Amino acid sequence: MNFILGVIAAIGAACLGVVALLGELVIFAVAGISHIFRPPFYPRLVGRSLMEIGFFSLPVVALTALFTGMVLALQSYTGFSRFNAESAIASVVVLSVTRELGPVLAGLMVSGRAGAAMAAELGTMRVTDQIDALSTLSTSPMKYLVTPRLLAGVIALPLLVAVADILGVMGGFIVATWKLGFNPNVYLISTFANLRAGDVVSGLIKAAVFGFIIALMGCFNGYRSKGGAEGVGAATTAAVVSASILILALDYILTQILFVK
Amino acid sequence: MSTPKIRIRGLKKSFGEKIVLDGVDLDVMAGTGLVVIGGSGTGKSVLIRSILGLVTPDAGVIEIDGEDVLRAPARRARELRAQIGMLFQNGALFDSLPVWENVAFGLLAERRVARRDARAKAIEVLAQVGLAESVAGLSPSELSGGMQKRVALARAIASAPAIMFFDEPTTGLDPIMGAVIDGLIVDCVKRLGSTSIAITHDMASAQRIGDMAAMLYNGRVEWSGPAPSLLTETNPVVAQFTHGRAEGPIKMALRK
Ligand SMILES: Nc1ncnc2c1ncn2[C@@H]1O[C@H](COP(=O)(O)OP(=O)(O)O)[C@@H](O)[C@H]1O
Ligand SMILES: [Mg+2]
Repeated sequence: MNFILGVIAAIGAACLGVVALLGELVIFAVAGISHIFRPPFYPRLVGRSLMEIGFFSLPVVALTALFTGMVLALQSYTGFSRFNAESAIASVVVLSVTRELGPVLAGLMVSGRAGAAMAAELGTMRVTDQIDALSTLSTSPMKYLVTPRLLAGVIALPLLVAVADILGVMGGFIVATWKLGFNPNVYLISTFANLRAGDVVSGLIKAAVFGFIIALMGCFNGYRSKGGAEGVGAATTAAVVSASILILALDYILTQILFVK
Repeated sequence: MSTPKIRIRGLKKSFGEKIVLDGVDLDVMAGTGLVVIGGSGTGKSVLIRSILGLVTPDAGVIEIDGEDVLRAPARRARELRAQIGMLFQNGALFDSLPVWENVAFGLLAERRVARRDARAKAIEVLAQVGLAESVAGLSPSELSGGMQKRVALARAIASAPAIMFFDEPTTGLDPIMGAVIDGLIVDCVKRLGSTSIAITHDMASAQRIGDMAAMLYNGRVEWSGPAPSLLTETNPVVAQFTHGRAEGPIKMALRK
């Protein structure tokens, strides 16, 4: 009996912990967003974060997209040739990449790279009192550290995904024409024949949301970290894991919302 | 009697079960330097962090210029606290910025200096702590511990604050560098006529930078008085601390 009560108490405590954490996260996000509209603004810091999140993630995202497009063409050929439906390969590649794989894979890669780096940087600033030092120097740490990163995340991810879309299609094109013997013109025409603006736009909207999530989880975990180097390490891990899970969960929800037949 | 620059009454703060401050009373008169002594973990940093608003106390009153910062509107509390310059225990320099931007940070944030003049102004302040122009462009990580402390001091005094806090300014430095930093602190405080609170474990340092002294023990101010009388004080807690004796009323908890 005591054992069962103990288990129930533990489950209850865990639930309360999750709810409290969610509340803190929401308050943190709202504070970060609210500073977007209140001066002073830090355009230089937004620029710096854009470089870190966007520009320096470009090689990783580009390679991921390229190979994904290539594999996609190859795999769908295996399946579709059994139904003599090879002509659908171009559509499958472009739709999967723009609607789904571009944003999700770019999101996961950027969260591993930039989200982790953000958590480590803010975590180090926290445990070495740099965040406290900011507020003693008439500067709001939320405004100075968090808001520029949130903005940069929302701007950078759609740009990265646009690049990923192009490279993913290119990967499919390379495999289809060189390895599977497709006519380049025919492949390109059937790529664009079935593509609608909505497909690309829905992918870019997803990307903006994922960019926000990556920056938010990176900042939130870094900002709250405590307990020296170990705490910073834990914050970094938590940032990547939570951002990745949220990206996959939100991907389903957004797909449902943005669903087009 | 005039209002103290800083007046603290019944300040309490616990972290979870752990009571750190248990009713601290303290007055710091304008233009005087107070040294706070006490064993590691007695809440000296928590005390000054509470005044700065970095820690929210559970109860008590903190007045700056006679106004209660804990109950003032957020904006007013920020204004009152903006007159405090803080030297953090480990410097807390921004390692993503060069030395000069660290020093000019507060001035730029308060728009008291234009960006194009900031570097020259920073070099001026660096000179006051004995640093040459050549360090201005370096990153904090390229400096020795003593130089980092000087840069952190320059950052704290750049906006000529009316109140200055120094959290263990000489801990981790060799005795000579410690004396140099103490000298710089005394210079800055005297030149600006500021009110200061310095935390220290170092009795020599306490004598150099303090007019008054207070000892924190068991979450309260155990003793306070003129800094010179620290060394002759007969209160057993103070005497044990100032003479560094293992035997006495202060029992060091066995740490895990
Ligand atoms: N943010 C915090 N969360 C939990 N405990 C804290 C926090 N800050 C300080 N403490 C605890 O309060 C006690 C006093 O800390 P501090 O004021 O830093 O001591 P010191 O007198 O050495 O400066 C320590 O036991 C420390 O563990
Ligand atoms: Mg301390």
